[in-house]
Order: sequence, then structure tokens, then C-alpha cells
Amino acid sequence: MERRPRSFYLLAAFFAVFLVFLYGPTITIAILSFQGPQGGLTFPMRGVSLHWFFDLFEQQAVGDIWGSFRRSFALGLMVMVTTVVISVMGGMAFRKRFAGSTVLFYLIITSLVIPSILISLGVGLIFSQTGLNVHWSTSGFGAQLTWTLPFGLLIMFAVFNRFDSSYEEAARDLGATPWQTVRHVVLPIIAPSLIGVALFGFTLSYDEFARTLLTAGSYNTLPLEIFGMTTNVTTPVIFALGTLTTAFSFLVIGSFILLFWIIGKRRARQGSDAGQGMV
Amino acid sequence: MTDQATPIALEEARPARRAGTASRHLTGWLLASPLVVVLAIFLVLPIVMIVMVSFWGATEWSIYPAFQFDNYAFLFGSDVTYRVFFNTIKYALITWAFTLLIGFTVAYFLAFHVRSLGWQVGLFLVCTIPFWTSNIIRMISWIPFLGREGLANSALLSWGVIDEPLEWLLFSDFSVILAFVHLYTLFMVVPIFNTMMRIDRSLLEAANDAGATGWQTLWHVIVPLTKPGIMIGTIFVVTLVMGDFITVRFMSGSQKANVGRLISNDISLLQYPSASATAVVLLITVLIVISVLLRFVDIRKEL
Repeated sequence: MERRPRSFYLLAAFFAVFLVFLYGPTITIAILSFQGPQGGLTFPMRGVSLHWFFDLFEQQAVGDIWGSFRRSFALGLMVMVTTVVISVMGGMAFRKRFAGSTVLFYLIITSLVIPSILISLGVGLIFSQTGLNVHWSTSGFGAQLTWTLPFGLLIMFAVFNRFDSSYEEAARDLGATPWQTVRHVVLPIIAPSLIGVALFGFTLSYDEFARTLLTAGSYNTLPLEIFGMTTNVTTPVIFALGTLTTAFSFLVIGSFILLFWIIGKRRARQGSDAGQGMV
Repeated sequence: MTDQATPIALEEARPARRAGTASRHLTGWLLASPLVVVLAIFLVLPIVMIVMVSFWGATEWSIYPAFQFDNYAFLFGSDVTYRVFFNTIKYALITWAFTLLIGFTVAYFLAFHVRSLGWQVGLFLVCTIPFWTSNIIRMISWIPFLGREGLANSALLSWGVIDEPLEWLLFSDFSVILAFVHLYTLFMVVPIFNTMMRIDRSLLEAANDAGATGWQTLWHVIVPLTKPGIMIGTIFVVTLVMGDFITVRFMSGSQKANVGRLISNDISLLQYPSASATAVVLLITVLIVISVLLRFVDIRKEL
């Protein structure tokens, strides 16, 4: 192997500093969340304890954390499934030009770049003027889809740009119906990227704040609850909550990546037996 | 031309082709219909609603339908508007410059200096994981660093660099931009890395063989070929910063303002028509910026 140039070490150092910048603050609050009962929002540590984590479990200390976590989790799953289904269908639709496809494409881009507060405001206004109640599972759900769908669709566009359609032709030549072609050829090939779409769908929903602000109604999602805490909670309990929900996010991301990796491995192993076990 | 040569075949082919086109459009629309429904109800309709309400009137506790230009007249007649728009664009430009510099350097390191694909993917993932965690938590995480008694101040004090704590570390333009750069650099790294990975390596060898120095290769080969990625990253960063209200509110301790905060303040005062008018102007500004940027890149080709 050829010797690395000096620029490599400079850039590697830059990269390391970037990682510290990226993760340093998160690691800091993780450490501070173990403050002793007398500790404050910054160093020094006054002892080490689980005091602030226990505090989270007491309703009166922090409000309805667990209720909001359950809602965010449920909403995340709803958004995830919907995003995957709609993105796959949309991705397939865009493989061929159809009347209005360009307009629809620019709508997707608009959905991505529009300031989130406009969605919040607009959806909130529509619901209030038509006398409907805003609720996280209706208006909140729809508002979040305007954020997750563009990501899902852009991923699907990228996937189908690289899709080798000779597999489909082969299926058709063998007498497969269009549905069979989709079910047994297209979907298995794009399956790994669907994990990516699902990951975006869930995590973007789980962390969404601005688009849910005016559309969640009287029951808060977790990010709204956390933001509410920032204005009136001045103890490390907020760090404990931040650490827990970040750990949860890491867990989710980790499982998605693991799933992706396992599927890739299995596929590599069974590569030559493609189609095995299919009816 | 061939059609003219074979009129009979054409007559036969036409209905079939038309039927084929019709069914292609139909399939397209059927597949896209759920997407169309969601975007119609939760994107198009809200925009229409905001435009409508921006002409409405408001009392202290309610809003009423009307067609008046009062909200716009007030908006454009106020000094605050121009200052706040200027501030918004300032944040966007400064954040853009920093995220571009950092993002390009990181992507360049990953794409051209990390040699095994496994390491590339691994380090790339490490860079992107924070994107899937909560922005609010990531903002909160800066408090122990930047506060009056935070890590930065105590470190500088103990090194003797400063005699008393710096006040401008938290709740200032500095902390707002720091948070923006922290949150959004990933949006530069990802598209730039993506385009860099598709650069044909033989071009670099050619540049090298032709006697180009490392800097010349970087400037005359890599940067031009990376432009689409830079543009996509720019679109993300600029729109996210321009549309933001929460980062500015939180990181400035409500001491600084941008357009998003102007809107959210009006909302909290139930002044929806005035909030809508500001929102319309913001949306138009963002769309103009995007349409200019889209002239430099074909997003569908770059995916």
C-alpha cells in the first residue's frame, strides 16, 4: 500500500474534531444526567446518582412524559408504515412520465423546502375554521407526512434510477402478471432500501417538532413535551430525559442498520438461489 | 417521417398507441394517488388557506373573513420586518458558508482519503446518525458548554485567556449560528459525499499524470464535478435556516429574531392573519431562492 500523504493526517485530524463537535455535547449531557441530587445544569459533578432518572418516573415532577412517549412512538409507527407504502407507490409511478408528473415532482420539492411553521399554521387554520379538533393522530399525522414523504420519495427515486428493468422483462417473458412481477421481483430487490425509508419515516416523525406544534392538539408528543420542559425545568432532569430519548433513538437506528446488514448478508449467501421457495 | 411513409400502419397503430398512453397515465395517477391526496390536504390546502387568511382581519380574540391588504401594509410599513428579514438572510448566509466548508472537507476526506469501502460506509454512518436524533435535545446539549459557568468559560478562565466569563457565548448570534452549523452540516456532507463517490477516479489520475498539484486537482477537477452535491446541500441548509424559528428562539434566549419567530409570535398572540401575511412573504422568498438554486442542478438526475 502506498504511503499516506501528509494531507491525510491533517484531514483525519479535522474529521476527528468534527466528530467531537458532533457528539461532544450529547456525551456531555449524558454525563451530566448522572449528577448527584444537589447538582446543577453544568459541571462540576456533585456526586454521581440516578436521582434524575428516578425523577422522570414521578408524574408531578415533569408532567406526562410517558404518555407523550407512547403517543410519539405510536405516531412514529403510523408515519413509518404510511411513508413506506406511499413512497414505494410514488416511486413506481415516477418510473414513467405521466400527465402532471412534473408538477407533482415540484410539489414534493415544495413539501421538503417549505418552512415547517407554515404547515403547522395552515393545517391548524384549516382544522379550526372547519370546526374540526386538531389531534396528533389526524392533523399531526398528516403534517408529519409532508416532512417524511419527500425523503422517502427521493430515496425511492434514487433506487429506481439504478433499477435494472431487465429483471422485470424476464419475469414478464416467463408469464408473470404485473402484480406477480411487483410482488416477487421488484419488491424483493428494493427491500433493503425500504428499511432506509422506514428509518427516515420513524425517526423524523419521532423527533418532529415544528410541524406538530399547532397540529398535535391537547395531547403533546414527546418533542413538544421536552420543549415545554425547557422553559420551566431548570434541573438535570431534562438531561436525563434527553439522554434516555437519545439512547432510544440510537437503539432504533441500530436495529434498522442491523436489519439492513442481516438482509444483505443473507442475500449474499443465497445469491445463486434467487427465487428459491417461491410459488 | 417514417410515419408518413407508411400511412396504413399509422392508422392502425394510432388507437393502440393512444390506449397505451392513456393506460400509462392512468397507472401513474393510480400509483401516485395516495401521495396526491396527502399533499393536497396537508400541503396545497394549507398554503391556500394561509394565502386566504393573510387578507383577513383580526380583533384581539378572533379573526374574521375579509379582503383587505392591512396585514401586508402593516408588514411592509414596519421597520422590524426589514430588520428581521435581514437577520434571517444573515443567519442563512453565515450558516451556509460554515456548513459548506466543514461539509466539503469532511466529505472529501471520506471520499478520497479513506480507502476501504467498509470504513467509508462506517464513518459516513457515524456522521449521519445524529440526523436521526432529536434536534431539541441537541440544542439543549449546548447549555453546559456555553453557559456563564459552562465548560468553555471555565476552560478559558483557567487557562488565563480571559479574566471574566464571556457573556456572548450563549443567547447570542454566536450560539444561534453554532447550533445551526451543528444541526445542519450533515445536510452538506451527505449530498457532497454522494456526488464525490461518483467521480471517475481515472480523472484524478489523468490530472496527476498531466502534472497537476493536489490543490489544482481539487480546484479544477473535484470542485466542479461536486457542484450538484453542493447545490443540493445548499438548498437543504438555506431552506432549513430560513424557515427555522425554534433554534433562534431557544439558542438566543428569545433575544434575537428571524422571520419564523415573527410568525410564531403572531401565532401565540392569536394574530393569524398577520402571521399568514408574514408566512406568505417568507414562502415567496424561499421559493425564489430555491428556483434560482434549481437552475444549477437537476435533482432528478443527481439522485
